[in-house]
Amino acid sequence: MNEVQSENSLKDRVQVALNNEFLQNAVKFTTEKLRSGKQAATDQLGHWEEWRERGRQIRLHTIAHLDYYLSLFVDNLRAAGGIVHFASTAEEAVRISLKIMEAKQAKSVVKSKSMVSEEVELNHALIEKGIEVVETDLGEYIIQLANETPSHIIIPAIHRNRKQVAELFSKVAGEELPADTAVLAGFARSKLREKFLQADIGITGCNFAIAEAGSMVLFSNEGNARMVSTLPKTQITMMGMERIIPSWEDLEVMATLLPRAATGQDLTVYMSAINGPRRNDDLDGPEELHVIIIDNNRSSQLGDPEFQEVLNCIRCGACLNACPVYRHVGGHAYGWVYSGPIGAVITPILHKDKEKWGEIANASSLCGACYEACPVKIPLHDMLVYIRRNNVEKNRTKKLEKLGMNLFRKVTSNHRTFHLAVQAGQLGQKLIARKGKITSKIGPLKKWTAYRDAPVLAKRSFRESWDRLEKELNQEIPQDPNLQKRMQKILAERREKNESER
Amino acid sequence: MKVSLFVTCLCDVIYPQVSEAMVRILHRYGIKLDFPKLQTCCGQPAFNSGYWEEAKESAKTIIAAFKDSDFVIAPSGSCVGMIHHHYPTLFKEERELLQQVNELKEKTYEFTQFLVHVLGITDLGATFRHRVTYHPSCHATRLLGVTNEPYQLLSKVKGCQLIPLKNASDCCGFGGTFAVKMSDLSGAMVKEKAEHVLETEAEVLVGIDMACLMNIAGRLSHEGKNIRVMHLAELLYEGVS
Ligand code: SF4
Repeated sequence: MNEVQSENSLKDRVQVALNNEFLQNAVKFTTEKLRSGKQAATDQLGHWEEWRERGRQIRLHTIAHLDYYLSLFVDNLRAAGGIVHFASTAEEAVRISLKIMEAKQAKSVVKSKSMVSEEVELNHALIEKGIEVVETDLGEYIIQLANETPSHIIIPAIHRNRKQVAELFSKVAGEELPADTAVLAGFARSKLREKFLQADIGITGCNFAIAEAGSMVLFSNEGNARMVSTLPKTQITMMGMERIIPSWEDLEVMATLLPRAATGQDLTVYMSAINGPRRNDDLDGPEELHVIIIDNNRSSQLGDPEFQEVLNCIRCGACLNACPVYRHVGGHAYGWVYSGPIGAVITPILHKDKEKWGEIANASSLCGACYEACPVKIPLHDMLVYIRRNNVEKNRTKKLEKLGMNLFRKVTSNHRTFHLAVQAGQLGQKLIARKGKITSKIGPLKKWTAYRDAPVLAKRSFRESWDRLEKELNQEIPQDPNLQKRMQKILAERREKNESER
Repeated sequence: MKVSLFVTCLCDVIYPQVSEAMVRILHRYGIKLDFPKLQTCCGQPAFNSGYWEEAKESAKTIIAAFKDSDFVIAPSGSCVGMIHHHYPTLFKEERELLQQVNELKEKTYEFTQFLVHVLGITDLGATFRHRVTYHPSCHATRLLGVTNEPYQLLSKVKGCQLIPLKNASDCCGFGGTFAVKMSDLSGAMVKEKAEHVLETEAEVLVGIDMACLMNIAGRLSHEGKNIRVMHLAELLYEGVS
């Protein structure tokens, strides 16, 4: 991976992104397009909330019984002739892949899009061994040429525009290519076709693994996944251990949710189901099919009431598109391969160094847009708070912040101290307030006033004026009997409900 | 029947005119509010920053203050959202408090919720002859589910021309301590929100959460723009008086 991205702090990375107006425009443009596409597609489908709930139930059920469905999947896949490997860590996943490469004396590999292969940083290891790796998804191909990590789960090169792509491709072509989408896509296609035909091994990801059938299902829009899984003699599929769903029937729900949530498509262009290696009467397909099932700290979330649901994720990217933070900084600011709200949650989970990665949870205003967008209703906004709480409990927060929170506790734990503090503030602000606002950029206030004016405390707080107001309003005014009746009714219903619950 | 005002800390110490407008509107319908002085802050700044022990201390003042109330009303979707959505998590290990939290949850309403759902009022007979745009705050809509209520109320205000806000549901960038911890990022977000507000050419920006409005108003003022920013309770009260 690109070292520069993760070495510096969250703030530095955010700063880099904020200074890159071009990046922001590109990200805003595409995420807005995806958002409105999703809106239109889900409106057209209708009953979206019910679909979401169905999706959530399927994922909850599967993850609650993951051991059962995983072993069912593995048994069925083995029966169909697939070779199954388990990798408990990222390193192990890489080791297993390298061993297969060695056995096949592989010199070249073609890959279709796979986030989990990014997670285990496979390309790096292969290149070190002198194996040529070519990403065949157009977006992945672009970032591979640029030596970058993906900046979006489903649109890896979301931060780049046509002109930049033309520059990258021109280098490979050895001639100047115009910044024309058709020309560029055409160039990539012809270049990649060569690679498909030469490759010893094809590596794919897996969108869903069907337990009852031992089949793996790939969604793609470019058809490259189909080429990767049919042309080379050996295929390796990498999948996170949570990619399972019980049945084909469940796939129908997922195939309804995922493309709509991701891009606003009613259907993905290509949906391939792989049932083991090539059989005698098959026209194509690999002679040997290896499936590497990767844990990499996922199983440690099982049974955790706060984080288990993160395993329900179907990697659609909708939470990124909805996120106002992602919108401004793009994916690289998150520092690793997964970005946006889901990235902020799973990155610390998948890493041992929680201190370093727990920090990303701060890059959220907790607006909840991610939860609202998520087709399987993962409460990412709550999880971000849990991570923050863990950071506090593990003593990973800054001293100044701790002091501030201690002060907050002292002031707000009692209405008298609260009142005293407000009075002190009313006095103190006289030094800095001008014309009913504070603009001065001094002390801790400057973080606020750098971008906005601050209001002043009211001369009299509400609590100070309450007695006067209460007296003024004390003269009886006629009560509307209808309103009283409505309120009584609500009260009675509430009591009844509580009685029956007791 | 005891109907209590949950003033929220911001509308206590910075924007008392908002709480006052709310009190006066309800008074017109014969609803007399009581103001339990024990209350301080809902604890959200600490809770969202991960300081749950600190948050509990201030949350306890809210739980205690409204113990005997039949209805609790607040001029903030975010603070009511805190009670509804986060208090049960915060006190999940403390049985007795959890019981009280569940009772508090049931009886606590955000201002527009109370008007529309409890009182069944959408038309206050107000007149407000201005171009207005509305910012739906994130916690009100997503934590509390208050979506249509403010629009229902605004649509009945005579003379009020409601102009849609672009990307209205995008967060304004406030996010509590986020605004200072990630100040450049928060600054970029509020800058964009202010741009969209200005694009509407509205004279008034209205909302139901003063924290978000404080953020956006602060940005507009920083840019030297004088567009009036008010809470919906203020707008309605001005419209009826
Ligand atoms: S968390 Fe939800 S919205 Fe985000 S990528 Fe996963 S499934 Fe999609």
